[in-house]
Amino acid sequence: MSEPTPLLEVTGLRKSFRVARNKAGRNRLTALDGVDLRLGRGETLGLVGESGCGKSTLARVLLMLERPDEGTVRYDGVDPFALKGKELLAWRRRVQMVFQDPFASLNARMTAADLIGEPWRTHRDLVPDPRKREARVRELLDLVGLRAGDAHRYPNEFSGGQRQRIGIARALALEPDLIVCDEPVSALDLSVQAQVLNLLADLQQRLGVSYVFISHDLSVVRHVADRVSVMYLGKIIEHGPTEDVFDRPLHPYTAALMSAAPALEPDGTAGGGDRILLSGELPSPLDPPSGCRFRTRCWQAADRCATESPDPYGRGEEAPDRHEGRCHYPLSLSPIGA
Amino acid sequence: MTATLERPDGTVAAPKRPPRWWLLLGKDKMAAVAAVVLGLVLLTALAGPLLLGDAATRQDLDASLRPPSFDHGITGLLGTDILGRSVLARLVEAAGTTLSVAMPAVLFSLVVGSAIGMWAGYHGGRRENIAMRVADVILSFPSLLLAVVVLYVFTPSVANIVFILALARIPIYLRTARAEAAELKSRLFVDAARTFGTASWPTIYRHILPIAMPTLLTVATLDFCFVMLSESSLSFLGIGIQPPDVSWGLMVAQGRQFLQTAWWIAVLPGVAIVLTTVSATILAAWVRLATDPAQRWRLTLPTSKRGKRRVTTEVTA
Amino acid sequence: MNPLPSTATAEPDARTAEPALAVEHLSVDVHTASGTVRAVHDVSFSVHKGRTLALLGESGCGKSMTALSIVGLLEPVAEVVGGSVKAGGTDVLTLSRRARRKLAGPVLSIVFQDALAALNPVQPVGRQLGEPFRIHHGLSRREAREKAIELMRIVGIPEPRARARSYPHQFSGGMRQRLLIAMAVALAPDVLLADEPTTALDVTVQAQIMRLLRDLRAERDMAVVLITHDLAVVAEHADDVVIMYAGNVVETGPVREVFAKPRHPYTKGLLDSVPERAEKGKPLPAVGGSPPELSAVPPGCVFQARCPLARERCADERPRLTATGPARAAACHFSEELTSV
Repeated sequence: MSEPTPLLEVTGLRKSFRVARNKAGRNRLTALDGVDLRLGRGETLGLVGESGCGKSTLARVLLMLERPDEGTVRYDGVDPFALKGKELLAWRRRVQMVFQDPFASLNARMTAADLIGEPWRTHRDLVPDPRKREARVRELLDLVGLRAGDAHRYPNEFSGGQRQRIGIARALALEPDLIVCDEPVSALDLSVQAQVLNLLADLQQRLGVSYVFISHDLSVVRHVADRVSVMYLGKIIEHGPTEDVFDRPLHPYTAALMSAAPALEPDGTAGGGDRILLSGELPSPLDPPSGCRFRTRCWQAADRCATESPDPYGRGEEAPDRHEGRCHYPLSLSPIGA
Repeated sequence: MTATLERPDGTVAAPKRPPRWWLLLGKDKMAAVAAVVLGLVLLTALAGPLLLGDAATRQDLDASLRPPSFDHGITGLLGTDILGRSVLARLVEAAGTTLSVAMPAVLFSLVVGSAIGMWAGYHGGRRENIAMRVADVILSFPSLLLAVVVLYVFTPSVANIVFILALARIPIYLRTARAEAAELKSRLFVDAARTFGTASWPTIYRHILPIAMPTLLTVATLDFCFVMLSESSLSFLGIGIQPPDVSWGLMVAQGRQFLQTAWWIAVLPGVAIVLTTVSATILAAWVRLATDPAQRWRLTLPTSKRGKRRVTTEVTA
Repeated sequence: MNPLPSTATAEPDARTAEPALAVEHLSVDVHTASGTVRAVHDVSFSVHKGRTLALLGESGCGKSMTALSIVGLLEPVAEVVGGSVKAGGTDVLTLSRRARRKLAGPVLSIVFQDALAALNPVQPVGRQLGEPFRIHHGLSRREAREKAIELMRIVGIPEPRARARSYPHQFSGGMRQRLLIAMAVALAPDVLLADEPTTALDVTVQAQIMRLLRDLRAERDMAVVLITHDLAVVAEHADDVVIMYAGNVVETGPVREVFAKPRHPYTKGLLDSVPERAEKGKPLPAVGGSPPELSAVPPGCVFQARCPLARERCADERPRLTATGPARAAACHFSEELTSV
């Protein structure tokens, strides 16, 4: 699995925003606080966290919609933020995004064909012949499971799941290597969600695309991701192979997150047994706790957690298959709930 | 492929091309009437003077201040002014002058104001600040005073009037366009366009202009009226349209002193202004609906039922 | 129509008393551009005090419209065209608007999904929470305020006395949802409807809110109708479930039994689509297609277009909700075939 240059490598990413001053007089919201990521070719990296943890900001930085304050993004060894002109345009072609909201991410005044073909209006050399464009749109529609006759319909004539398929077709129009999916199924109904997840998996098999798959839904991430990173208040607090993270979480937050998500057992009961019910809510990112970010809600926090920011505690293989958690008292050493 | 590719037939009505715009226009009686009125005004402005010859300037002191009647042929239909000139002929003559001032002025300020406004709103930051401060300066300066100064210094030609009226109205569009663009730039489909590498002007043209346009058009039609009236104030001060040229605004201004004795001189050009403006406004409202694919179907309904329909899409969505 | 098995008989200890809420043969029409469509068709269910019934279905299935017609908050384009809603012994559908408004709070009450939209942004929350007491009990402003603070304490808002002066936007999403719940339970209603109460919230907060609802239900002996699309939430928090599809009830019964052995292909399809149950790396067993538009619901079975079991009979005849076991019913011609799966 491990290869010399990963498709995407992110190190020490920091990003903060200026916002209105809060009561304590702070006006810098730290959305990303030293984020590292690594993604291999044809892989899916799951990114899990609650709202406000910075996962959407991370997606926007990966797509160059925001510029990070610090840290590097290396895509195939190249820093896209250093690119200009033609090279930048060539880079844009290789990384695309599927947005959460299939309603807001499609311009309601354009037809499906216009929407899917929109990237080619910038990348004119990709499909220069208008007749070929039409054929290519039909191909893409077919690829995502829509009909050729849908090409001239407007977004409001489609259901939510169909719109998300248009969004996926648009992302595929430039034949990217990497697609960042920001909660691609959270606005969809369950039966439709399964269709879209299958479509994404199928496209990965056929086209070899890699995904950064952002979601708050653990069961979805568990199903699609090869590796998982868990975010909390701008930091990645746990990272590792999916099964390992889900079966033997190192960080108490990961354990709590999995415990809080209601599960459904085959016998029709809710699984999970005893819940770890976190008290309180996410602290304000304007004023994050000192030391370990999670200590204000952690049931095993000690004095040390307030003063020292924990280093990653690792388990298992060498990178990239290493399972790491940032906790002074990782759970593998203490049973859950102790 | 797996079952994911299945797509039930008939869940949505068969795909259809949007109905032609003139068919939609036919369905909306108000908009159709408005379009006809505007068409007539345009036609009058273009062809009228050719048919009338010198009827608009021919004086006949015997016929002074005749009320509208059928007794004096076509030229007497709408009465005469103090010099015995046919009001109808003057209205027709003035239509051309009025439109040739108001339309270029509105168009100019619309195009320039919208372009700067969308550019400023889309980019934000310093560009936005500078554009907005300039707009504030123009707005805070009394436009009539500005016009008076400029037109006294330069000659009060049509081109200068157009220029000064346009300049004074640019901030209106600039502000509207900036607000729309600032809101639209945070929409996801604009982000999507940025991820393709689309540059700022194409993004503005493709995603911001079509959505901001109906609002800007509505502002423009309202402004049309304002510009016509401003032109009349200038004409009243003697620095606007110079006699023997005539505009509707000038006619209103000149007819004011006869309001009690000969109402038709001032009221009829006023009616012309109102009719034109109201028609333009109605048509703009129609354009707003007709250019929005999500709203367009409403136009296929009888007018009385439109308000009720909003919920439909939400229920079936 | 054949009588429905009462969901309450699922538990032998269920109170023999009247159900707190009994909906019978409720039908709702919506007047749309292309004519009138049936958004809710012949829906019946009942729920007793101290129990939770889940109305489960995807968007557009009519579950929210059912809830809104129960509390009388339908949009003007929608209209109840048949059936009854009995709460506190009376059919609320026959009451005048005024009489109905009197029931909102002490008898029936609802919690909405979007807490920010449901609260008045320009009034301190303490004042808003005190409102029901002033309207229904005629308390003074000061007394109502004390009651409001008490409520805030009950739903777990820290420092209620200080926070009563805050405005809705100063609370987090979870806290706002607590406020809405506080407002809904203020007058100790017999029946609490919760329309997607946790959909907008994070999982850790969702767990807290669901725990709060459960505690309140037990403490105040309320009947809870939980409207949701989330199977796992239903599995964990509801006793009985009514599954709706395209305006129709397709299956009903005790949650545990229905989820363990679904008797309607739609229920089974939903359960199979849960990623958790699927084998990793394999495609999820998805239900193909999407629900029919309400204007194009087929004359036979509403689910036929997406159903793996569909055959000729399904196109001709709409299956009735028929008993498939004690306290269970499903609307499928071939529900026996699912038992073997």
